[in-house]
Amino acid sequence: MRRLFLISVPYLWLLALFLIPFVIVLKISLSDTALAIPPYTPQLDLTTGWEGIKSFFGALDFENFVWLTEDDLYWKAYVSSLQIAVFSTLFALLVGYPIAYAMAQAPEQWRATLMMLIILPFWTSFLIRVYAWMGILSQEGLLNQFLMWLGVINEPLIILNTNKAVYIGIVYTYLPFMILPIYSALEKLDGSLLEAAEDLGCSRFTAFWLVTIPLSKNGIIAGCFLVFIPAIGEFVIPSLLGGSSTLMIGKVLWEEFFANLDWPVAAAVAVVLLLILIIPIILFQRNEQKQREAEQ
Amino acid sequence: MTQTVFAPWEDPNETPLIQFKGVTKRFGTFTAIDNLTQDIYAREFFALLGPSGCGKTTMMRMLAGFETPTKGQILIAGQDMANVPPNERAVNMMFQSYALFPHLSIWENIAFGLKRMKMPKDEMNARVDEMLRLTRLSKFAKRKPHQISGGQRQRVALARSLARAPKLLLLDEPLGALDKKLREETQFELMDIQEKTGTTFVIVTHDQEEAMTVASRVAVMDDGKIMQVSTPDKIYEEPNSVYVADFIGDVNIIEGTAKKTSEDGYDILWHDGQEPFHAKTTRQLSDGQKAFVAIRPEKIGISPEKPEGAMNAVKGKIIDIGYLGNISTYHVELPGGVMIKAQQTNTRRLSRRTFTWEDEVWLSWTLTAGSVLER
Repeated sequence: MRRLFLISVPYLWLLALFLIPFVIVLKISLSDTALAIPPYTPQLDLTTGWEGIKSFFGALDFENFVWLTEDDLYWKAYVSSLQIAVFSTLFALLVGYPIAYAMAQAPEQWRATLMMLIILPFWTSFLIRVYAWMGILSQEGLLNQFLMWLGVINEPLIILNTNKAVYIGIVYTYLPFMILPIYSALEKLDGSLLEAAEDLGCSRFTAFWLVTIPLSKNGIIAGCFLVFIPAIGEFVIPSLLGGSSTLMIGKVLWEEFFANLDWPVAAAVAVVLLLILIIPIILFQRNEQKQREAEQ
Repeated sequence: MTQTVFAPWEDPNETPLIQFKGVTKRFGTFTAIDNLTQDIYAREFFALLGPSGCGKTTMMRMLAGFETPTKGQILIAGQDMANVPPNERAVNMMFQSYALFPHLSIWENIAFGLKRMKMPKDEMNARVDEMLRLTRLSKFAKRKPHQISGGQRQRVALARSLARAPKLLLLDEPLGALDKKLREETQFELMDIQEKTGTTFVIVTHDQEEAMTVASRVAVMDDGKIMQVSTPDKIYEEPNSVYVADFIGDVNIIEGTAKKTSEDGYDILWHDGQEPFHAKTTRQLSDGQKAFVAIRPEKIGISPEKPEGAMNAVKGKIIDIGYLGNISTYHVELPGGVMIKAQQTNTRRLSRRTFTWEDEVWLSWTLTAGSVLER
């Protein structure tokens, strides 16, 4: 009985905060637009009883999902989002791994401070930090001024409002999510394993490749998923730092919802995005579970 | 058939495999190894014994190449090791924590060092199988390190470090994590393997029993210095200092002043009004010099009457009896409050024991039972 109760708590939580909202969104995605409040039909009207329920379900259809396949904007946006998410994850890994490695190698008394520095940006609003990047990357921004002062370039680089700025923004924002799991894997690494590898004939580099990398694999996988999953649906960064040519599904969704007031199509976009994300989420959970089993 | 005793250190024509020449190692202001010179010969089982922090692990890590001497030279097979990185030394180490690669199977762990040598595949398979057989691990080849027991892990670590057939194998507290019974078994296994493979072993340990059991020579270390290097029996019977005598086994140390009585005979005055102890030593002491007599408890006889003809006999009172099953240790108080431990084998059942608490007894030992030490 006690066990049942304990298990039911997280399930109720999921039911209330995930499943019910999802069913509502799914329902909207199967509806039609209407000039009304809320802007879609049908509405479930329980006062007419059984007939009402029947006509309600009769009015639902997959029209909006068919529409998503007909206009190439949507699949292009999905593909472009995937592409941006994949490359951002890769860049975040390339930047984050050395940072995590350096943190794990740092003297014990420094580690807490370094960890603090990684987490510190979270103390200011995410929006403000993205706006700050606009100030840095714009044509009259700090970066261009600095480079021109150095004489490296003669005319300003155009970074803001291009995909470059989106990559910079995503990598910057999600870097801590890459660093922390890798750091926690590297910190646990027993230094004598590397000595053993060297003792058995490895150079420093091969020891790193054959011991450090495989033993931080779980951290790398966790970090990649933690960056990839939010990056694919990212909306704020592409709309603030990206240009008109930056196509991301989060932005499309926003525009359908607020500019076109087409809630049903926006809902359909969201449902498809969720279905796409379910695959990496399941893979991520599998990895976590495997790690837990290995530690036992 | 005569059996030659293995003692290359007594043969002046023998060239040592390892030579420490005036080696000093400092970490900041801390001196871990202090101007140390020592030879170790091929096929030796050399034990570095000492309390933690005495520098024994630093010595081993310098042999493996993980530390470089601050001053002095280390030669292995005549070659100066100063600029040779660990991966280019014909030296392998068995780590205290075993340092098995958790992501690799037992088989892959043992093959790890062979792969780095670019050994042909079938040769490597044969070598790994041979190592698995030697350490009786064939059944576990496919398992991961966390799926086997502590004793098995210890054998994997040994097999892995032996696989490359090193000239020199370093063992850092190899048996520390095992329980007593398993440790004793493994000690004999180690000696067996050392003999079979003909490798030179250098073992670091703080367990004196372990050092005595496995080693051909034991070096007792303290504060970055080697206090004495000798065979286990010499270390035990003829310690060169109170420190060594006290570190190895149980011992009674009695302080006194020396008085020369003959060429190699001395009287040690240990208490006013008591007959001095008589002892023989090759050491030269001046009259009136401070001296210590170190006597092992098992070398002291215990009897109800004064034994006739005993060179040293002294009367005392039994204060305490430690019963260990096979032997009993009697704590006997001598005049002047000096406590002496004497051991006797329990050949009779406990209920028929001769002595009990508060009994007046005579302790006796021979001229050569005790060592006379200057410090």
